[in-house]
Amino acid sequence: MTSLPLYDDRDDLAVKPRKISRKATGADAVFEHSARAIGATMLVITGSIGVFLAYQSIPTLRRYGFSFFTTETWQPEVDVVGIAAVLCGTVSIAAVALTIAFPLALATSLYISEYAPARIKSTLVSLVDLMAAVPSIVYGLWGYFLVMPHASAFSLWLHQHLGWVWFFKVGADPDAAIWDQSRYIGSAFCAGIAVAMMVLPMSCAVMRQVFSQTPPGEKEAALALGATRWGMIRAVVLPFGRGGIIGGTMLGLGRALGETIAVVLIVSPEYLIKPRILEIGTSSVASLIAGRFGEATDAQLSALLTAGFVLFLITLVINTMAAIIVNRSRSGAETD
Amino acid sequence: MATTVPEAATSLPSSSAGPTTHRPQLDDDQPPARPRPGLGRATSEERFVAIGAWVSSFAIAWVITHRVLPMPGTPWLLVVWFLVGLATSAVSTALVGRRTDIVDRVAGSLITGGALIVGAALFSTVGFIFKQGWEPLTHLSFWVDDMTGVGPRDPLGKGGVLHAVLGSVIELGIAIAITVPLGVGTAVFMTEVGGKFARIVRTIVEAMTALPSIVAGLFIYTTLIVALGVPKSGFAGAMAISVMMLPIIARASDVVLRVVPGGLREASLALGSSRWRTVWHVVLPTARPGLATALILGVARGVGETSPVLLTSGAASFVVVNPTDGVMTSLPLYIFETVRSGEPLLIQRAYGAASILLILVLVLFVTARLLARPRSNTSRRLRLTAFRKSS
Repeated sequence: MTSLPLYDDRDDLAVKPRKISRKATGADAVFEHSARAIGATMLVITGSIGVFLAYQSIPTLRRYGFSFFTTETWQPEVDVVGIAAVLCGTVSIAAVALTIAFPLALATSLYISEYAPARIKSTLVSLVDLMAAVPSIVYGLWGYFLVMPHASAFSLWLHQHLGWVWFFKVGADPDAAIWDQSRYIGSAFCAGIAVAMMVLPMSCAVMRQVFSQTPPGEKEAALALGATRWGMIRAVVLPFGRGGIIGGTMLGLGRALGETIAVVLIVSPEYLIKPRILEIGTSSVASLIAGRFGEATDAQLSALLTAGFVLFLITLVINTMAAIIVNRSRSGAETD
Repeated sequence: MATTVPEAATSLPSSSAGPTTHRPQLDDDQPPARPRPGLGRATSEERFVAIGAWVSSFAIAWVITHRVLPMPGTPWLLVVWFLVGLATSAVSTALVGRRTDIVDRVAGSLITGGALIVGAALFSTVGFIFKQGWEPLTHLSFWVDDMTGVGPRDPLGKGGVLHAVLGSVIELGIAIAITVPLGVGTAVFMTEVGGKFARIVRTIVEAMTALPSIVAGLFIYTTLIVALGVPKSGFAGAMAISVMMLPIIARASDVVLRVVPGGLREASLALGSSRWRTVWHVVLPTARPGLATALILGVARGVGETSPVLLTSGAASFVVVNPTDGVMTSLPLYIFETVRSGEPLLIQRAYGAASILLILVLVLFVTARLLARPRSNTSRRLRLTAFRKSS
């Protein structure tokens, strides 16, 4: 038999609403606090690097002022240091790398997502990932010993036939009976080829991922309307994946700017602003640091750290923009 | 056969009242039906033209490079072959098709050609390193000896890279011990605890993935070695690798944990388990293959990175087991130092070391792929094939 609960009219026994709380108790509290502690540790470690770099740059910038960005030479022994030349070298190497890597990455990602037979698709994706995992020193060896002889011969050919273009000029006689190969090696062009191999898999992976998210219905609609495969790619896949193409290329650019060891192996260091990418001698910020840290005094170390900080800031801006562009293209995919 | 049906139907007398169905009358004298060509698949003639264009253009390219113009060497032959092949396939398509077909054919060839170039570059890299590094790998001493007292001109039978391999393993071990708990823990914090503070951490971590590896090395060099007076050692090198790997691993784990279906978490919480148990028994096991892949790829990145250790660990030519006891070399650093020496025999050793490094990366990579494969699916496929074989 059920009976109604007998309510008491006394105040101290009145029903009160249960207290609702999201606050963790017991083991959960321990978990939450330790997770927060780990996150805080991570924040301290990574954040301190940025803060430290910025803090170390202050004395350098105060000492050299804006001329730090306009001086070409790096001669700490006579107190003249500047990163104009190494910044230009970094940009020219990255430009060569992107010129080579962008069309190849686009072609490879289109091939994998649109042309390759379904059976080998996953293998190809793995191969591209493997390419990204190959250490940069290996690409450096490849670029220095296998590619550089061919690249210098190709540089000579470019110089002979397109020498009137200002960035293909070389300070040597292109039609000499015995060509001076030593003028054509160790150039930004040679380094750019090796760096392109590291940029390529990165941007290819991003592009392929975005291409594979193309709505199949639109692709089929284009084909059903009689488009050829290329017509379908041009009308559907490329416009849809534009964000991925731009973002992937910019991520690759970020990688290309910071690449060290292949550049150090290949180029012969020279601190001059020069647009002649085929000629021997150039330098990048990363190779400057790798080459000069050993004999550096405290003040010079601070100058090198400033150079590294500038490089970090450039990479950070590029990566952030790339992430925004890629994310925007993806969020657009989810709405329709 | 389908085409004969209407004829057979119309040939029948249509005087019978009402719609009726007739069985098709099969004619025994008719030739057998031709199979319909698949939709969208190239006919044999089209395939012949496509392949023939490339074969003939190879011949033309050979004539151009080796007989008409002075362009010796395989690279030029390949370049000219590609260009002539594009032209030939365009012309052969123009014979039967319109402009759209020509553009389609040329674009397809360009894209396939680009992919082939990338594949060739990858295989030439791996093949070149192994071809050059094969000779040192055949000597036993290369695997079990170090470079103590080995001169630059000594034969390959003397000395080896054991010290570099050990150094790499020790430095990487320390780096893994630091980065994996911190990185995965941060990812758990960012995805499972959340909140305003987690968003700040995520922003900073994502920003720090842009840190170039050489700057990570320079940071450790300036703080640990110059300011705190820690000697150049395996420990300093491991710290530099850790600083480089931390954001990479944290970010990759974060991505993996974020794709764990929310329904699983909610089901676990709804059954009354605590949040901590949900993370430990539901989220982490679900993400295990993805986490393993992310970690291994991060480790593969760390093992091959030269620039952080170049600044911090110093180069030793002998086996060092204690990471805090003076200089310690590692595989990428050993390769870099020996290549810079310019001695042919030392460079050959560098190729051998590069082969070992590549093998290491390949093993890590294949392990990551095997772990990433959905397990239930493969076992089911295996069972199916076993079933088919038995029946």
